[in-house]
Amino acid sequence: MEPNPSPRVLVIMPAWNEAEAVGDTVREVLATNSRYDVLVVNDGSTDHTAEEAAAAGATVLHLPFNLGVGGAMRAGFKYARRLGYAQVIQVDSDGQHDPRSIDEVLAGLAHADISIGARFADRGEYKVTGPRKWAMQLLARVISSLAKTKLTDVTSGFRAANHRAISQYLDHYPAEYLGDTIDSLVVAIRSGCTVTQVPVEMRARQGGKPSHNPTKAAIYLGRSVFALLFALTRKPTAPSVIAADTIGA
Amino acid sequence: MGNIAAFLLALAIVALVVEMLRRKKLREKYAALWLIVGVATLVLAAFPRLLNIVAEYVGVQVPSNLLFAMSILMLLGVCLHLSWEISVVEDETRTLAEEVAILRAQVESLEQHARVGAASGRAAPRSADPSATSLDLPTESSDS
Repeated sequence: MEPNPSPRVLVIMPAWNEAEAVGDTVREVLATNSRYDVLVVNDGSTDHTAEEAAAAGATVLHLPFNLGVGGAMRAGFKYARRLGYAQVIQVDSDGQHDPRSIDEVLAGLAHADISIGARFADRGEYKVTGPRKWAMQLLARVISSLAKTKLTDVTSGFRAANHRAISQYLDHYPAEYLGDTIDSLVVAIRSGCTVTQVPVEMRARQGGKPSHNPTKAAIYLGRSVFALLFALTRKPTAPSVIAADTIGA
Repeated sequence: MGNIAAFLLALAIVALVVEMLRRKKLREKYAALWLIVGVATLVLAAFPRLLNIVAEYVGVQVPSNLLFAMSILMLLGVCLHLSWEISVVEDETRTLAEEVAILRAQVESLEQHARVGAASGRAAPRSADPSATSLDLPTESSDS
C-alpha cells in the first residue's frame, strides 16, 4: 500500500449469475491497485454472485430483478455520482479483462472523456469471424468517423469514463441490447464527449463460453445496425446538462 | 333485431367502463377512449341510417367497410398507446430498481459503520466514499 494522492476510481462490474468467476475477479482488481473501489452490480442473479462478491471485498448493488448490462451500468454510474467518484471504469466480472490493463485504460482519460480498452488493436489474440466481424468493422468505421479518431473496437465492455461522460451517461444510457455500447457511445460523441482507445489484451473467460453461432452472429449484425441507426437520430444531451453537473461536483 | 343486439352490446360496454371507473379499476385517461367508442356505437345502433349517410359523404361504397376501417384504425391506435404506456412504466420501474439498489447499499454500509463504531467505542463516520465529498445525498435530478 503506497500513500495515495490520486483520486479513487470506481470499478463497476455488472454481474449476472457469475458466481464462479466474480470472487476471483474482484480480489484480483482490488490487489492490483489500492485506489480502486470495486462495485459489483448484481443484476438479479439467482446464484451466489452477490455473496461471492461481498466476501471478496466489493460493494454490491442488489438490483431486485434483471435489468441487463445497460441497466446495471446506469445504476453503477448513479452510485458513482452519488459518492462523488470522478473516474469510473467498467470491467467484466468474468475475468476476461486483465485488471493490470485498468490503469492503461484510465490513462486514456487524460485527454478524452471516454476511454475504450480495445481488443483488436494489435495486441492479444482476440479474434472473431463472419457476420459478427463485419458488424464490428462497420460499427467501428461509422463511429470512428463520428468521433474523428480511429476506433477499432466500439463494442468493448472495457470502458472508462470521467466526470463529463458520467453526466452524459446519466442523461442517456439505454438499457436495450447493444444500448450500453453502441447507442450510449454514439450519443455521447454527438453530445460533445471525446473518445480515445487503448489497446488491451483479452484473456480467456474464467466461466461461461463465448458463442460462435452464425445465425446469432447474423442477428447481431442486424441489431447492431438497427441500434446504430437509432443512435444517429437521437437528440444529443444538452451541453448545459454536462457542464452543470461538472461544476456541481 | 341486429340493431337491438348492437345497441345492447354498446350499452353493456359503456356500463362496464363506467362501473370500472367508479371502482377505480380504470384510470380516467384510458376510460375516455372507451367511453367515446361506446357512445359512438350506441348512436350508430340507434340510428343505423347514419352510417350510410357518412359512408356516402366520405365516398365509401359499402358502409360496413367504413365501420371496419375505423375499428381497425382505432384498435391500432389503442395497441400503440398501450405499448407506449408500458414502456414508460418499465422505465419508471427500472429507475426505482436502481434507486432501491443504491439505497440498500448505502444503508448496509451505514449499518456496518455503526456496528464498527459501537464495537470500538467511538463514532465512525462514513468512509467508504472517495475524497469525502458530501455527494451521497440524493440531490441529482437529471435522470428521469
